[in-house]
Amino acid sequence: MSEIDLAPLKPAIEKFIPLGRSGLLPALHEAQEIYGWLPEQVADEVAKSLRVPLADVHGVIEFYALFYNEPIGRKVIRVCTDPACALKDADGLLNRLCKKHDLEPHPAEGHGQTTGDLSLTIEPSPCLGMCELAPAVWTMDDGRWTVGDGEARPRSVVYGSIRELTKNCGDGTTSLKQYGEYKGLQKALTMQPKAVVEEIKSAGLVGRGGAAFPTGIKWEGAANAPGDQKFVICNADESEPGTFKDRVLLLDDPHRTIEGMCIAAYAIGARKGYIYVRGEYPYIVPVLENALNEAREAGYLNGFDIEIRVGAGAYICGEETALFESIEGKRGFPRIKPPFPTTHGLFGKPTVINNVETLCNVPLILERGAAEYRKIGTEKSPGPKLFCVSGDVTQPGLYEVPFGVTLRELLDMAGGVAAGRELQSVLFGGAAGAFATSEHLDVKMTFDDLRAAGLPLGSGVVMVFDETRDMRDVLKRLGHFFAHESCGKCYPCQMGTQRQMEILNRIAEGKVEEGDFIRLQDVGWTMTDASICGLGQTAASAVLSAMKLWPELFKDDGRRMRDEKPVLKGENRKEAAIEKKAAKKSGKPRSKAAKKKTVVKPMKKTTRRKK
Amino acid sequence: MITLTIDGKEITIEDGKTLLDAARENGIDVPTICFHEATTANAICRICVVEVEGQRVLQPACIVKAGAGMKVQTRSEKVIRARRTILEMLASTMDLSEADDIQAMMYDYGASSSRFPDAERRESEVKDDNPMYVRDYSKCLLCWRCVQVCADDAQYTYAINFEGRGYETQIGTFFDKPIPETTCVLCGQCVGVCPTGALKPKREFLLEQGMSPQEISVLNTGRKNRSKVKSQRS
Repeated sequence: MSEIDLAPLKPAIEKFIPLGRSGLLPALHEAQEIYGWLPEQVADEVAKSLRVPLADVHGVIEFYALFYNEPIGRKVIRVCTDPACALKDADGLLNRLCKKHDLEPHPAEGHGQTTGDLSLTIEPSPCLGMCELAPAVWTMDDGRWTVGDGEARPRSVVYGSIRELTKNCGDGTTSLKQYGEYKGLQKALTMQPKAVVEEIKSAGLVGRGGAAFPTGIKWEGAANAPGDQKFVICNADESEPGTFKDRVLLLDDPHRTIEGMCIAAYAIGARKGYIYVRGEYPYIVPVLENALNEAREAGYLNGFDIEIRVGAGAYICGEETALFESIEGKRGFPRIKPPFPTTHGLFGKPTVINNVETLCNVPLILERGAAEYRKIGTEKSPGPKLFCVSGDVTQPGLYEVPFGVTLRELLDMAGGVAAGRELQSVLFGGAAGAFATSEHLDVKMTFDDLRAAGLPLGSGVVMVFDETRDMRDVLKRLGHFFAHESCGKCYPCQMGTQRQMEILNRIAEGKVEEGDFIRLQDVGWTMTDASICGLGQTAASAVLSAMKLWPELFKDDGRRMRDEKPVLKGENRKEAAIEKKAAKKSGKPRSKAAKKKTVVKPMKKTTRRKK
Repeated sequence: MITLTIDGKEITIEDGKTLLDAARENGIDVPTICFHEATTANAICRICVVEVEGQRVLQPACIVKAGAGMKVQTRSEKVIRARRTILEMLASTMDLSEADDIQAMMYDYGASSSRFPDAERRESEVKDDNPMYVRDYSKCLLCWRCVQVCADDAQYTYAINFEGRGYETQIGTFFDKPIPETTCVLCGQCVGVCPTGALKPKREFLLEQGMSPQEISVLNTGRKNRSKVKSQRS
């Protein structure tokens, strides 16, 4: 092994030593920034400095997709191949990029590839949270990131019938001066903490991250929990395919989230907070740092401070307990609940964890009062709601509307189905959501109405597919997403996401086997009924809804029904199948460590797990 | 003491016991795979799931505490489907040839070992890198027990952890190092808790390979003799 100079590492990770194991992810990020990847000696040094067992450090590196223990290119181009981007020819883009740089073209489920001189890696990526700007591309070049065609940050495209949460969004980052005083916080500080909790409860605010749990009840639980060390966490690990609202809120209006956290901290008596930002949003970090400094200087973070934590490519870390594990420096395995975070959260202490959009509602509620806030939306679903509209619509973007508008009204705002085509379906709520069709256009988007229609609001995803789209390709991508993102802890999800992907792959290839329908259902229901956490419990949600809507797609003769794929794609798929078989025969290396051996020779391609 | 109903049978049990305790102490069979009395229950295999009235999803009996008035079904349609499918997925994933308990469960639940055609199996070469035990991860079903006893459940050695993620998860050492280069103290507890023969004493392994006890003894008599045996062989 080549000698690696550890001299620059020690001073860089020194500041994380007092954090112990909790400093592991930040230290690994720092180390990777220096070396471009995480060689054994570097991991060894980090482990010893932070006093974390070597095997555990390796386990953590292996868990997070953005940590590499094999050399990758100095420049890394990631192309999102999840459904919204696939509609905008992400596969074609990936292929063209590969060809341009003399790498073998690869389909969506292909491997990440690195040039022999380690100058460039191109890899397909799970959702990058830029679905309205599809196809999404995120480039890291010697530590500097760009998106799309070399922009420093993604554009914000904001529409809708109201502008409450998005008041300051659309024109770049809002400074504290532009944001004005933290009026919601000032109001809260004149009230008893209990009264603040009551205000949130009577506003009827429920979580906007997907689970729709009443925010006030959460706060009350943590406020009443014994213990003088409590935490407030902002969940900004937005990774649900089709979701980009938190990205826009944090990038354009960071103070709203920070103010929401300050109010939560006052209400429950927390002195420390974290914002956990997904690793795919590095451009948000400096924006947040700057905003936090502004808030500190203005005295808003009095007796309460906020630390930014950055994820490293793991959808599961959006699950609240997995997120705690990640902050604690571990693999992002979800914990068993109960106990719940309100009593046993981060470091086992009472914790409130809220989604970005949820927190953004908080200053609004305090500033105006619950009664005034409830004038927005409906009786049972009060407040403004953000929808992430993507796919085949004329005007994709972030839409703010009051609860209660219909899907039809929302799609009309977005200019309807693009290119004058007919609507085939809408993926509602995200990869973990369900499909809607034109039959659902007049469903009011409130919690009650959607529940009655069997549609989960989820994280506010509205991904539109026109009449020409092959839904089997969409399902295949969803299947691939969950198989890639399952943490592997519980059996139903660990094996179920893999089996589901395999069946969906062959259905997409038109090679349905007898019994696949029931097989897919059994796997789906087993994951839904028996998995530990929300990921597994919803990993089959969209598939099961599609099976109900279009059973013919899952049977032998379904192939001929909607075959409008360009020839090129079909060819690529064949190539993929052949290559996959070849890869299987040659014995696909299992782990990153094992794979490392395969790249000792001048590298033509870097194999990546499950890609 | 609390009273609950399992499969229609009223059961009175001490407070603080799990549903698994409650069932087993009353002669009701609930299967388990990852559960082991000596390790922290993680409820990861989900084979012990039962249906509890009022709960949206199935509950793992190994960790859910029995509660007063609970109505539990251990053999509902949902439960059977989940258990059978989990077993079928296991059979399509790994080598269960030495996992007798699981084979018996498959028979009980009518689980077919060929339910998933063309499934990608988790295969791995036997790792024979230390004098005490061999590791055959083709047989590993990721019950986590070995990692747990190696860490806080028993030995505090932390020699092994996980590689990969999701379906690609495997138990591994720091950068796949051979066992003698890790913190392993060869305590053997991981071998003791392995339910599938993925971890096996070296001696047992060699006997299975057809070596005689005598040949194995020679192997164990020290480096000098070992090299003699080696040179004789070559």
